[in-house]
Amino acid sequence: MHYLLSRLGQAATVLLVAFTAAFLLLQAMPADALMIRFESPELGLSPDQIAELRIAYGVDAPLHVQYWHSLSGVLRGDLGYSIESGTAVSTILADALPRTLTLAGLSLVLAVLVAFAIAFAASLSRFTWLRSALRAAPSLFVSVPVFWLGIVLIQIFSFRLGWVPVINPGPVEGLILPVLTLAVPISAPLAQVLVRSMDAVSLQPFVVVTRAKGASELWTQWHAVLRNAVLPTMTMAGVLFGELIAGAVVTETVFARAGIGRITEQAVRTQDIPVLQGVVLMAAAVFVAINLTVDLLYPRVDPRLRGKVAATR
Amino acid sequence: MSNLQTLDPPAAAATEGPGAARSVPARRRLPRTAGRARRRNSRAAFILPGAVLVLVVAWALLPGVFAPADPIAGNAAVALSPPSAEHWFGTDATGRDVFSRVVHGSIHSLSGALLAVTVGLVVGSTLGIIAGSAGRIVDDVIMRVVDVLLAIPSLLLSLSVIILLGFGTLQAALAVGVASIAAFARLARSEVVRVRRSDYVEAAFGSGATFFQVLRRHILPNSTTAVLALAALQFGTAILAISTLGFLGYGAPPPTPEWGLMVAEGRDYLATAWWLTTLPGLVVVAVVLSANRISALIGRNQ
Amino acid sequence: MSAAQAASTGTALVRVRDLSVTYQGTSGAVPAVRQVSFDVEPGAAVALVGESGSGKTTTVQTLLGLLAHNGQRTGGQVVFDGADITGWSGKQLRAALGKRIGYVPQDPNNSLNPVRRVGDNLAEVLRIHKWGDRAAIRARVVDLLDRVGIPEPELRARQYPHELSGGMKQRVLIAGAIALEPELIIADEATSALDVTVQRRVLDLLDELRAELGTAILLVTHDLAVAADRADDVVVLKDGAVQEAGPTATVLSHPEHPYTQQLLRDAPAFAVDAPAPAAAPTASGRPDVVQVSDLVKEFSLGRRRERFRAVDGVSFTIPEGTTHALVGESGSGKTTTARMVLGFEQPTSGAVTVARQRVDGKRGRAWRDLRASMQMVYQNPFSSLDPRQSIEEILTEPLRNFSLASGADLTRRVREQMDQVALPAAMLDRRPAELSGGQRQRVAIARALILRPQVVVLDEPVSALDVTVQAQVLELLSTLQQELGVTYLFISHDLAVVRRLAHTVSVLQHGRVVESGPVHRVFTDPREPYTQELIAAIPGQGRAAVRT
Repeated sequence: MHYLLSRLGQAATVLLVAFTAAFLLLQAMPADALMIRFESPELGLSPDQIAELRIAYGVDAPLHVQYWHSLSGVLRGDLGYSIESGTAVSTILADALPRTLTLAGLSLVLAVLVAFAIAFAASLSRFTWLRSALRAAPSLFVSVPVFWLGIVLIQIFSFRLGWVPVINPGPVEGLILPVLTLAVPISAPLAQVLVRSMDAVSLQPFVVVTRAKGASELWTQWHAVLRNAVLPTMTMAGVLFGELIAGAVVTETVFARAGIGRITEQAVRTQDIPVLQGVVLMAAAVFVAINLTVDLLYPRVDPRLRGKVAATR
Repeated sequence: MSNLQTLDPPAAAATEGPGAARSVPARRRLPRTAGRARRRNSRAAFILPGAVLVLVVAWALLPGVFAPADPIAGNAAVALSPPSAEHWFGTDATGRDVFSRVVHGSIHSLSGALLAVTVGLVVGSTLGIIAGSAGRIVDDVIMRVVDVLLAIPSLLLSLSVIILLGFGTLQAALAVGVASIAAFARLARSEVVRVRRSDYVEAAFGSGATFFQVLRRHILPNSTTAVLALAALQFGTAILAISTLGFLGYGAPPPTPEWGLMVAEGRDYLATAWWLTTLPGLVVVAVVLSANRISALIGRNQ
Repeated sequence: MSAAQAASTGTALVRVRDLSVTYQGTSGAVPAVRQVSFDVEPGAAVALVGESGSGKTTTVQTLLGLLAHNGQRTGGQVVFDGADITGWSGKQLRAALGKRIGYVPQDPNNSLNPVRRVGDNLAEVLRIHKWGDRAAIRARVVDLLDRVGIPEPELRARQYPHELSGGMKQRVLIAGAIALEPELIIADEATSALDVTVQRRVLDLLDELRAELGTAILLVTHDLAVAADRADDVVVLKDGAVQEAGPTATVLSHPEHPYTQQLLRDAPAFAVDAPAPAAAPTASGRPDVVQVSDLVKEFSLGRRRERFRAVDGVSFTIPEGTTHALVGESGSGKTTTARMVLGFEQPTSGAVTVARQRVDGKRGRAWRDLRASMQMVYQNPFSSLDPRQSIEEILTEPLRNFSLASGADLTRRVREQMDQVALPAAMLDRRPAELSGGQRQRVAIARALILRPQVVVLDEPVSALDVTVQAQVLELLSTLQQELGVTYLFISHDLAVVRRLAHTVSVLQHGRVVESGPVHRVFTDPREPYTQELIAAIPGQGRAAVRT
């Protein structure tokens, strides 16, 4: 119980510091940049209207009041309003989320399958050349820029082979290339860690003992190596989430798909700070939640940690 | 952030009780000459990735020697011609030589990556070394800040810096550098902590050395290899990240021959001129792959 | 394998003939085993004895078909029950492993799959060989655990390996090796990682099982004493070749090969009749240079738990120029005591005085100044020397710390010190990785002595070294004591080694001194049951019985 509480506290601290940093950076912007847009003559707002807006946005309030206002807003799910469109940031994100979740979810599943297939084949294959080729593949793929990969895939599968239309594809067809593009930067580091960790576990004495009991290579890998090798990859969950976000920004831009990534890209282009801030806070919250889950789940998977957690309870 | 990095056998002493094991003499399978041979072998492995990096650095320093064609001014008469003996990478829509643009663009990618890695290395390692050497409170404060940096996906962190600083080559490089601070800080701290726990550091204190003597003689020299390996890795990652920012249009403005930007500009001619996107991208892959290989080799020699 | 050949193998269960193995390194082929031959008769116990690099492990790996990828058999045969297994396919070999040949590994702490329960670990061999159904396996696992002397077998089967002690884990591994009643058990340094009393019980268990099941045992060990106690035949290996082989009694009483003779001379367990440490000075008349009184160290185990006393009221004194040994098994508090004597740990209560200066409670500058009068030599010479420093840098560091010498004087003192530990000055610009284990430990001793301290704490200084190297380092320590009059506090789990170096001894158990006194008295006339048990557990004492 104590462990759980302290971990929750730690997670909350990280989020609070992240929020505070974001808030302070916004304040550091020259001459409340938020308001510059409203003062633009194109909108034709009168000085009185601008003054009202200043009060509505709380721009002139003392710093700590603005901080509390903004913090309580975030806690209620209110992330402010887009400068560009005036829409609530929470609404923008909520609208874009399902499409990005579909893309990211499918890519993640594909990536995990590919990574395990590579790692398993690299350890089990009879052919030395295939083993070394499979080992080299992930380090090649981490070196490939995602934007370029997407373009090359379009070039090959849409223009050369004509398998997948680029103009007005169906909902399923439209997902094929983006999912492929996004799966690569996820699967490569995962496969790297998995291969490395399977190699390390294979040298452990208990694996030798299993072999000395007459176990076949398949049995050894499956029963003795795999579960121990998967443990370190669990700690990668947070990092992979970051890769998913970065990949989504690029992939959605390349394939012109609507989603969180596209919104992020446009927010930076138009300097729409509240929107980017919303995306960043949401991402940080998800990252912290993922790591918290992994930390709490880890002792379930690795019995050696159970005693440790219990001892601090 | 997570406690999982410290996976040493939990409370081994407490749970094992009597009959716990002592270490058995380590076994040597191969005679000592094998280590020397392995070093020689890995030197050979440096050659190809090293050659790629040397070539790209030469491009950056002396672009005119490798590519005499003008990277900015084009010749409309030869617009969109495919790769040939005259134009190795073909030409773009305004008739500019793509190979020449790639060669002249290398300075942007390399100097940007260098700046990014320097920012990350200097700021990150300093934070990490302080956290690893100073007391618990300083350690906690620094590592919580690092946790926050780690909690934000690195591209989003870079974008946050860019939205504050504006677009441009320098801004993009700084943005990428800031995003790598946390990785350097965490590694430097864990290396310092690892070395600090070693017998030879205790022996050094035991022979009367002061903290700063131990830091200078033992802790820093023994921590650097891993940090350097990360720097090489981050160099590749930075080139990747800078080209991504360039592709998204947040880096150098046109008509700068920045690699990512060139790929972005080539997108309009996907169906007709494959070389505009494919070849600059391949150069990025080759450079990043080489940097990663060298990082892996440094790490293995440790 | 023809019938004629099969007949010629006679009755031997295992017949190794001219076995040669090489490792393919990057610098060419390195022979690891050269023309090794020996037999194991059914139900017999044969010991393969050798130091590190002798090829004993490679031999066993070849028998098990588990040679590393870069290893290759270049000649010879391994005949098991009439069949040459070197010609077997992987499938044939796997059918025999676990079922006809059992294996007990070296390091019990890493030899059980940590994420699976003890019962599942044990059941694995039954499942691999498709023995019985689920219920039968479960019953058999409990039977086996019971058979190897594990109390509450049903409970233990549900626990995870990390919840068991090292000795207990080794019993589980033995249970796995005998599960299918094999004809041969290969025990690869099966007890080297265990405390001496636990080692004895585990070896007793193996003996019992051998008698009960008629299983032959191939015992691989670096410890000639273990071989002497437990084996019918010994095979002495060095540099991959057999030096001497034959019935244990013959080899030990009439060793013919010089290497065997040296092993016998150097093995501390056989040194009962070796001379005691040189000229044990009488304690009277010599001032006590180390005084430890009522030392207590408590550690807290998590919050709100009762505190755990690692050291519980330890007192002893060491007269100048003599050696006092702290002896005990793991967890006895001997290392914690030594660290408090050095000031690396602060005692919860009690006092430590070294060379008339209080050690406990000192900090900063005062703590640092004490370093000139007390030094330490660590157990592991592979981790106690900075891999990036040259030997010269390692040796000059203490002198620089105290600004005791510079320039030519510094060079001279470093060279003198190298000479004193019998290392050539040419080694000064090497790095630790280029030195052997024994050489590194000499460097560590030189570093400890270069400040001319009055007290040196030796924390298991020879337990990471091979037997013959051990003897040399012990000899060196003893010579240095006579030359310099330095006082040693000697920490060891190995009673046999203690006898060679120490004048007085304190036996520790659970943080308390159980018995103390002059070494000779404690060894010949132990008064406490625990001391008696420890001494009885020293391997090599069966030798007298073998002789007659």
